[in-house]
Amino acid sequence: MPGGALIPLLLTLKVAALATLLATLAGVLCARLLGRTRSVARDVGESLLTLPLVLPPTVLGYYLLVLLGRNGVIGAWLLEHFGITLIFTWQGAVIAATIAAFPLILRSARAAFADVDLPLEQAARTLGLGEVAVFFRVTLPLAWRGVLAGALLAFARAMGEFGATLMVAGSLPGRTQTLALAIYDAVAAGDDARAATLVWISLGAAFVVLVAAAQLLRGGARP
Amino acid sequence: MNLSVAIEKRLHSAQREFVLDVRFESDADVTILFGPSGAGKTLTLLALAGLARPERGTIRVGERVLFDGARGIDVPARRRRIGFVFQDYALFPHLSVARNVAFARSSGWLARRGAAAEVDGLIEAFDLGACREALPAQISGGQRQRVALARALAAEPDLLLLDEPFAALDAPLRARLRSELLALQRRRGLPIVVITHDPDDVAALGGRVIRLADGRVVEGAG
Repeated sequence: MPGGALIPLLLTLKVAALATLLATLAGVLCARLLGRTRSVARDVGESLLTLPLVLPPTVLGYYLLVLLGRNGVIGAWLLEHFGITLIFTWQGAVIAATIAAFPLILRSARAAFADVDLPLEQAARTLGLGEVAVFFRVTLPLAWRGVLAGALLAFARAMGEFGATLMVAGSLPGRTQTLALAIYDAVAAGDDARAATLVWISLGAAFVVLVAAAQLLRGGARP
Repeated sequence: MNLSVAIEKRLHSAQREFVLDVRFESDADVTILFGPSGAGKTLTLLALAGLARPERGTIRVGERVLFDGARGIDVPARRRRIGFVFQDYALFPHLSVARNVAFARSSGWLARRGAAAEVDGLIEAFDLGACREALPAQISGGQRQRVALARALAAEPDLLLLDEPFAALDAPLRARLRSELLALQRRRGLPIVVITHDPDDVAALGGRVIRLADGRVVEGAG
């Protein structure tokens, strides 16, 4: 691949894939816990969990540094007990991308679960199923398209994560420098050819993900 | 089997405030909750099944206390052994007819006890053999109702609740399925509670009629 774009591309895919996986698990769980009925308390909960979508990424980065830094609550604990530092590592980039992508999954999953007819879940309960079994045998099989479409959007968001990632993981070539960071780096260094290559690769990857998400949502529409 | 219900529940919404305050007892094999729409029939049935929680009162089926607000008893729907046939049947759209019928028997402790033979027996008894691999969207209204009945019976309930079971069907089919339901009830000795707003249903099914209006029992409380 031209311009040494392979390493940032692979790193970006690795970070985005892991972040999407983590965000999907957390988002689906939170969507289920928020439930299908609306109330003031649930709306406040959803709004709080959606904040990462609307806040400037630098605010996320700031809070992640506060929490995960050497003197942060979580960072100090991890360092003391496991000798782990997340700041300036690709794992730190995964956490930043996970938080940024999480609200997209949460909202898609909650909408998809609400679309499942209530009597179907009620019928499953009268047939002897517990809540976990209702979820895996009725709700998720009927809502998976919406969840997967949310996961693809989250993946695209995670691939493009810049601000929080820069603050938490830095822009270390070959270690934490994802495509988005590499583009900034190339432009700042005046390497226009490299910047153009990286931009085209980013565009292509994001486009593929969005088309796939649209296909899934269209296929999920009621006949 | 004696069925005893005395429950209160309030529903608030922007359009109206509804108070359900229903008390009745029945020893009949066939109990009919009869009344206009909005009378609280479905809410009563949901409360019986454990799908809606009353604010206070008691629900007793035979010897089993399923709900007692004062004593904090509220048996969850999955343990009530009450079958429910929903108005639009609520068949699982992603599962074949056979897998809908087998639903209650395909996990948990019930699954271990000769489930396949029992399910095949139900599919046979309800004349669903020809469409057993079809999805609910691909079968007729009458077949859907039979699937809903077979699915509920597969869980071996002590009591079967049916919410407007004939409303979605045309008249000739309705007459046939009424007699099918009665025959089924007699054959199995399974008590049923049926909701309807159709006087023809009441005439055809007979049994104990409890008339509801505006959230209260106005006739036949017992």
